[in-house]
Amino acid sequence: MTSVQMPQLGETIVEGTILKWLKQEGEAIARDEPLFEISTDKVDTEVPSPVAGTVAKILVAEGETVPVGTELAQITDEGASEEASSSSDDAAGPEAPASSEAAAAQGSGPDTPAAEPASPAAAAAEVAPAAPAAGASDSGDAASTTSGGGLPDRGPRSKILSPVVRKLAEEHGVDLGAVTGTGTGGRITRKDVEAAVASGVTATPAATASPAAPTREPAPSAVAGAGEEIVAMSHIRKAIATHMVASNQTSARAWTLVEANVEHLVRLRERVKDAFADHHGVKLTYLPFFVRACVDALQAYPMVNAKLQGDDIVLHRYVNMGIAVSYDQGLIVPVIKGADGMNSVGVARAIADLATRARARELRPDEVQGATFTITNPGPYGSLASVPIINQPNTGILSIDGIQKRPVVVDDDAIAVRHMVYVSMSWDHRVVDGEIATRFLARVKQNLETWDFAEDLGL
Amino acid sequence: MATAKVETGAAGHGAEPRGKRSDDGQATYLVAIAEALWEEMERDERVYMLGEDIGAYGGAFKVTEGFIEHFGDQRVIDTPIAEETIVGMAVGSAMEGFRPVAEFQYADFMSSGFDEITTVLSRYHYRSGVPLPVVLRGPSGGGVRGSSFHSINPEPWFAHAGGIKVVCPAFPSDAKGLLKSAIRDDNPVMYLEHKWIYRRIKEQVSEDPDFLVPIGKAAVRREGSDVSIITYGAMVHKALEAATSLEAKGISVEIVDLRTVYPMDEETVLSSVAKTSRALVLSESYRVLGIGAEVAAVIAEKAFEHLDAPVERLSPPNLPVPFSPTLEDAFLPGVDDIEAAVERLSTW
Repeated sequence: MTSVQMPQLGETIVEGTILKWLKQEGEAIARDEPLFEISTDKVDTEVPSPVAGTVAKILVAEGETVPVGTELAQITDEGASEEASSSSDDAAGPEAPASSEAAAAQGSGPDTPAAEPASPAAAAAEVAPAAPAAGASDSGDAASTTSGGGLPDRGPRSKILSPVVRKLAEEHGVDLGAVTGTGTGGRITRKDVEAAVASGVTATPAATASPAAPTREPAPSAVAGAGEEIVAMSHIRKAIATHMVASNQTSARAWTLVEANVEHLVRLRERVKDAFADHHGVKLTYLPFFVRACVDALQAYPMVNAKLQGDDIVLHRYVNMGIAVSYDQGLIVPVIKGADGMNSVGVARAIADLATRARARELRPDEVQGATFTITNPGPYGSLASVPIINQPNTGILSIDGIQKRPVVVDDDAIAVRHMVYVSMSWDHRVVDGEIATRFLARVKQNLETWDFAEDLGL
Repeated sequence: MATAKVETGAAGHGAEPRGKRSDDGQATYLVAIAEALWEEMERDERVYMLGEDIGAYGGAFKVTEGFIEHFGDQRVIDTPIAEETIVGMAVGSAMEGFRPVAEFQYADFMSSGFDEITTVLSRYHYRSGVPLPVVLRGPSGGGVRGSSFHSINPEPWFAHAGGIKVVCPAFPSDAKGLLKSAIRDDNPVMYLEHKWIYRRIKEQVSEDPDFLVPIGKAAVRREGSDVSIITYGAMVHKALEAATSLEAKGISVEIVDLRTVYPMDEETVLSSVAKTSRALVLSESYRVLGIGAEVAAVIAEKAFEHLDAPVERLSPPNLPVPFSPTLEDAFLPGVDDIEAAVERLSTW
């Protein structure tokens, strides 16, 4: 009998939610065959069976959230049962890098799977990957049932109340439901209660609300009014919501816009895309060009490739490029690690691989962490310019909007029609000022307009 | 009566212990103990010393060098290897009005006189109404590659007896003041000198012949706010070392040196735990039923409302002290172990 336990998909992950059992009790399963799907703050993924055998017992139901290590199921094994790690598998075969392509190739026509994000990427499961805005995701804020003790479930140890915590809470009239625990596993420590006392938290819940949540009423009841439909927020949706709000409350966000003439890029791509696909086995979108242009600018302006840590600015000597990818259920940001060491071919391949596996929910937690800068590409959906929200703890996020033909002034003051694109960046004014941000963007623009990308494509 | 003369020229031989202080006036733990003995022998004629090799030889660790030459062989008595007899002599002479200080060459050998210590000495006052001002002293503790016959921490066995105070100083000044208090105490005191500390630690020590440190009172060696370490003996020095590295990691450690193991100064211990809410009890005696067990129980019982984490004990296992240096180091709580325990507690 083999015990299947809730895996730990990241160092700081303390719990996970069962999204779907792919096998039922009594069904046979092969070793490494996917057994269930789980959701954590960082990523949703399939978990394979460590042994071949029959699923004897399922102990945790779909939708339940349990701590790491909890026994989830039992499998009666046949033959050798070597302990297998419960991390997710890699992608099966390469597929069209649908999302990234859709993200970049606004002009590439409807025959390409540009609508990929809107189409069901895989089978029916409503699963969508998490938005991994780094730091905030570790607080264990996953949706889970409220405890019978009346405290919201904020982590596996959030309901452990030590003697001194209870004593102080009683003495000072502190509502422990309003206190966030900073101890291991979300435990409320003595210092947390003392801090709550110092900041004036009392037993009256309404008075303790943070500015972002003006009332402390419980979630609205799920009763639809006339003409209304209630859709419960998915786990992913809640995670995205939390991270987006936190990002805007953390960074001093400013935004700068430049316009680039990418006529030659459009022509280049038209010319080489078929040969590229034949030779490299992946589709050529505009995204690799933008990534390459951006990487160079990040190395020229390292403060934009930095993160704020306390009072220190941490400069990275490498570039891990996050690429925002959209799905019908939400958003995920896979990360191209070491993008500064890749040419356009390498970037194109990396994007194709990550996007494929993102759709198949086969990304590993380390593939959605560690971005030093992020690019988002809403252009294909028709936007002219966008103001993205920074992917914490980055200093900037670049938005590449729609490539459109526009009349522009060219040499000798003639007017010509050229493919133009608005490239903008939301950036954190705590770390950089307008001059750097603007010079950075100007460098991206210059790179896009002047580089010979054909050379970079090895053609 | 003539005694065998020891060769002159040997350092400090025949000299009063105070002559053995360093040039800046600091005394090692061992010299502080010798000074206490000398001063009390001078102060009160009824005080006398007995033990193996303490006279002509000057003691296995040279604590009592020079004593027999000065005080004579009626007050510095070399005994046979017979611990039960040593305790019996001490008990008998104390009944007659003397104030014996009995040395055990290694504290490990005290168990040879176990019955005389626990059944007789510890209960005599209760049975007869006559207090016995006996001091039993000897080098205890490990970390010197002494192996299982020369490294024991016997304090739990004799604290358990119920009629004997047990004292374990960690610093030279406390060593002197507590031994003097022990000798002046009208009831039995076991005074355990940790051999690891003998020549390793030195400090300024009072020369006032009436300098006393009270039995039954702990001392806060280091103030802190995150975790309390309650400890005694050589472990105090390990804890202090750990506290410095922990400070660099942002964990503020308070160190309470019990000084007297029985009776424990509960007030100092409990007020430290009330301050930090996290307690690590560090004892070189064995883990199961060692001194740590008692201190932890008292904290859990009387400081329950102040605790933000369970009380942890750090002690060696209930095993013979190993001879191999690697094994002994693994056996004893080290600075790393203390740091790990404190980090565990501070993130509980």
